Amino acid sequence: MRPIFAMIRKDLQLFLTDRRAVIMSLVAPIAIASFFGSIFSGSGSGDTAKIPIAIVDQDTSAVSKAILAGAQTDKYLMVTTPTADEARDRVKKGTVTVAVVIPAGFGDAAGRAFFAGSNKPSLNMWYDPSHGAELGLVRGILTEHVMQSVSAEMFTGEQGQKLVDETLSRLDQSALPGLSGQQQTMLRDLLQSARKFYNQPSAPAASSNGAANGTAGATASGPRGITMPYTVAEEAVTSGDNVTYNGYAHSFAGMGIQFLLFASIDLGVGILLERQRGLWKRLRSAPLSRVTLLLGKAASGTLIALLTLVVSFAFAIIVFKVRIHGSLPGFVAVAIATAVMASTFGLLIASLGKTPGGTRGIASLSVLMMVMLGGAWVPSFIFPAWLQRLTVVVPARWAVDGFDAMTWRGLGIASAITPVLVMLGFALVFGTLAIARFRWEES
Amino acid sequence: MLEVRGLRKTYGDLVAVHDVSFSVGAGEVLGLLGPNGAGKSTTVAMIAGLVTPASGQVLIHGAPLAGDTDPKKRRIGLVPQDLALYDELSALANLRFFGALYALEPAVLEHSIDRALTLVELTDRARDRVGTFSGGMKRRLNLAVSLLHDPDILLLDEPTVGVDPQSRNAIFSNLETLKARGKAILYTTHYMEEVERLADRVVIIDHGRVVASDTLDGLQRYAPPGSSGHVSLEQIFLALTGRTLRD
Repeated sequence: MRPIFAMIRKDLQLFLTDRRAVIMSLVAPIAIASFFGSIFSGSGSGDTAKIPIAIVDQDTSAVSKAILAGAQTDKYLMVTTPTADEARDRVKKGTVTVAVVIPAGFGDAAGRAFFAGSNKPSLNMWYDPSHGAELGLVRGILTEHVMQSVSAEMFTGEQGQKLVDETLSRLDQSALPGLSGQQQTMLRDLLQSARKFYNQPSAPAASSNGAANGTAGATASGPRGITMPYTVAEEAVTSGDNVTYNGYAHSFAGMGIQFLLFASIDLGVGILLERQRGLWKRLRSAPLSRVTLLLGKAASGTLIALLTLVVSFAFAIIVFKVRIHGSLPGFVAVAIATAVMASTFGLLIASLGKTPGGTRGIASLSVLMMVMLGGAWVPSFIFPAWLQRLTVVVPARWAVDGFDAMTWRGLGIASAITPVLVMLGFALVFGTLAIARFRWEES
Repeated sequence: MLEVRGLRKTYGDLVAVHDVSFSVGAGEVLGLLGPNGAGKSTTVAMIAGLVTPASGQVLIHGAPLAGDTDPKKRRIGLVPQDLALYDELSALANLRFFGALYALEPAVLEHSIDRALTLVELTDRARDRVGTFSGGMKRRLNLAVSLLHDPDILLLDEPTVGVDPQSRNAIFSNLETLKARGKAILYTTHYMEEVERLADRVVIIDHGRVVASDTLDGLQRYAPPGSSGHVSLEQIFLALTGRTLRD
């Protein structure tokens, strides 16, 4: 064991004397993880970023004004009201994500279509193609506001009363094509009931479901239209009742793994440099087995990787209040398995590489692919389904899953077993390949 | 002490070393000479256990060297052609690391380090980073590292490349001291005057084969035809290996 300890001590000395390696291994992951963590954790006050939209009201009817008012109080939207030309220009520049144009006559046309179902007016949306997902969200929010505004106006507003009278008149003249005699009778009953409703005093204020959902809804004294027939009770499922999600836990895991793998490149390239400098001739002239030599390298690489993880997570715990809500032994096991996997990956790099320079380039590319597919940069759930299935062969994904499980998810040690075993399996494969492929002979 | 029997090494179709045999006794210096690519370094690598021979044997005290972990490797000290040192570490840290590879007890290792540093006259620079050393100092430290486990056999692969005359002279003195202590020394070099000063016997190889093996005086029989009087080793070397460039 003395030679292995000597190799570990020497590599630690070399690591600590290399300022660049220390910065890359300890400072860089903390800095970048802090940045990513701040993005994914929000400000901490619970505020979410609002989607900037523009609404161009060319109608100025009661309906369009109600839509605008509803959107302006929506907690997911930040609404501006420029002209049409300005709105299109802002979308082009990317300062607003979606511009909604309510054309002239929209309120009347929507009211008629509400009852007759024909000649529906268009609500024009110009959107930034780089924000396709947000377009869907804006469309959904506006649907609610439009339905609420149109129905409120139709059942309780002046415009609605006029339209009811007009439609009843058309029914009397049998001027509504497309409706059978029975349907016309039923519509007449509905509209007559609505007319009676207009003659009643305003309904007492009810708690607004829309408000509960963060939408404008109707005011207590104003008209009240169709609202969503349910409320949503949202609960973030984390490790405990009083535990909030801490995005820094995921970002420190992801960035820690990324820089561990970058450190493994240094390990592999370092071995190639040692061979280039003739140091392996001296190492191999000692009565040591090849396994011992690689084991010494793997052990020192593992310790340096663990040091990186410990420093990174210690910083996250102290500064960003990241907590290990799950199993502490499970966390330690995941950390050790990750470090072993990373160091054997370094040995594999050394065994497959030829020159230090060329090897560093290819290895960097493979590490970037690995951390990207492993969900270290962005959560893997946004990947296509086939790609998500493919990531099971990426060791970084198991490391991220393991750390997530032991930190903010607060799962027990049982949830650490699979990631640990998979990563040790990867380490076994990497180590075996390294021993088999390592160029031992000096020519 | 060291005997090499019929060593052969091939790389594909290239025969790098072909049936090379020689021996080195205790307190003897054997000069191994040859042009570039003659097979000197490959021969040294096979003796040190860095390269597996296609055939032949390396005998240490009469027993064949077998495998990476053969304890007989402890009897060999290798001074590689490269400066096999960690520039980032101090001389002392280098010596402690390489000595530990031989699993020496800490007290024994510290004593060996003191002795080696004294021999190569680097005691006062022991705690300095090797990166700050001159080429000659690094060459002396390179020699010191190979002595820590007190080997009987020293393999020196061009140990004076790039050093100034003072450091070269110091290394010669070190080797003469070691020879006097009974070490068997195999010394490869391009410098004929080094062999003339140090070697008791000389083996000249070319294209992987031994073309001459004798004492310095005995090599006179390979003098070019028509030469008179004492012929220099360089003239004999060129007569045996030719004047074609070996880049």
